[in-house]
Amino acid sequence: MGADDLEENVGQRFDRLPATADDRAVEGRATREEVVTYFHDRFGISPAVFEPYTFWEKGAGKIWVYGGESPSPARIEALGMTCLRTRQEHWKPTTDVVQRFGRHATACVIELSREQATRFAAGEDQSLEWDGDWGYLIAAHEIDGDREPIGVGLYLHGELRSMVPKGRQRSM
Amino acid sequence: MEPLERYRPIIDDFDAFRAACERPLGIVVRANSIKATPERVMATLDEDDIEYEQADWNPRVFRLETDAPGSTWASFHGFIHTQEEVSSVPPVVLAPEPGECVFDACAAPGGKATQLAALMDDQGTVVANDSNLGRLSALRFNAERLGVTALAVTNQDARNFSLKPLELEAFDHALVDAPCSCEGTIRKNPTTLEQWTEDHVHSVAGIQKGILRRAIQATRPGGTVVYSTCTFAPEENEAVVQHALETEDCRVVDIDLPLESSPGITEWHDETYDSTLEKAIRIYPHHNDTGGFFVAKLEVTA
Repeated sequence: MGADDLEENVGQRFDRLPATADDRAVEGRATREEVVTYFHDRFGISPAVFEPYTFWEKGAGKIWVYGGESPSPARIEALGMTCLRTRQEHWKPTTDVVQRFGRHATACVIELSREQATRFAAGEDQSLEWDGDWGYLIAAHEIDGDREPIGVGLYLHGELRSMVPKGRQRSM
Repeated sequence: MEPLERYRPIIDDFDAFRAACERPLGIVVRANSIKATPERVMATLDEDDIEYEQADWNPRVFRLETDAPGSTWASFHGFIHTQEEVSSVPPVVLAPEPGECVFDACAAPGGKATQLAALMDDQGTVVANDSNLGRLSALRFNAERLGVTALAVTNQDARNFSLKPLELEAFDHALVDAPCSCEGTIRKNPTTLEQWTEDHVHSVAGIQKGILRRAIQATRPGGTVVYSTCTFAPEENEAVVQHALETEDCRVVDIDLPLESSPGITEWHDETYDSTLEKAIRIYPHHNDTGGFFVAKLEVTA
């Protein structure tokens, strides 16, 4: 199949991600392999974590993770939870998927103090030291001795920007 | 409060009932097992200096000493969801298993749908349906914060719900937490009964009958359908189940729950209901210091 034969994404419909690039029928669509590899390469989350799940696209580049039996790509409102934005230069995980699966991460996790965590949850940007990769990080803090992911931060030039969506931000 | 006078003949200790209805309700949350154990919830609340009391009947239900449960780490992380204590009863009565496919006919804003998913260890599918598209956004917000992945959200009129878009033969179980006159929520919303009329009770009962019938039709034989409301009116409770018994293949089964309750009634005004309706439960505010609820558990027969 040549590139000219590729179909276009239908914005209002759920379509399952192809397993690999060889199975791709829709132009620009991420593959399951790419999604699982992204979470592994960036955050060290084992591909085994996602084995029970399927991935779907609805909306341009909006990827959903679903834990149930695969239904048809029907015109339903939502399937599982949104997990990733693709079709842009840097893929961006959602706050909710990081809270749900981020505890399996071993890389690109920035640990915040209680005060820093509170500011992060309120949506504030803050100057912080970080000697790892720049880009999207998982912000976490400690609860009762264990690390707990809070959400996604964007680290650039000594600053951690909170990516917690407005409606999810809270003043503790 | 005046409409409640009509229930004097059917409520034991009516004065205690009236007194309870006048007391405001405390804040109650449910621990979300998809994200946290009750122990981790308690540790998080402890670190926030929030006091709590664990319910005897359900270790995942906590009564909190705070006016702002949303501004806690436990809520931000999706460890807890604010949900009235009796609101968490219907999913417990339904008791779905991991991997099953469960229909929540009137799901928004999602407290019970997410609780069903948690009881299923987030495996299988909860089809969370609501006819109101605006309310579905609240459902989706709650489901994502609580980390539910075993969810399919649909926007249909439950009275003629179509299984076609899901390519599904039948559901394993269904929950019909029906829109109702909400008399049982008076402790939370003291103005609830200001618009109360008997006509409204009868009109909402017609909708309830349509939704319950469709849910029974869409559930496989042997499956369970739980019908619940947060109201006391027999027209919206026993009479709706009676209608289902007369028109669909189903029977009322026992509910085993360590909460104080009264049995369903079999007579109201000029009507009599099947004796098996005594297996339904009526939870009154003075029983467990909660809101009011009606729950009936049905088994779909062949």
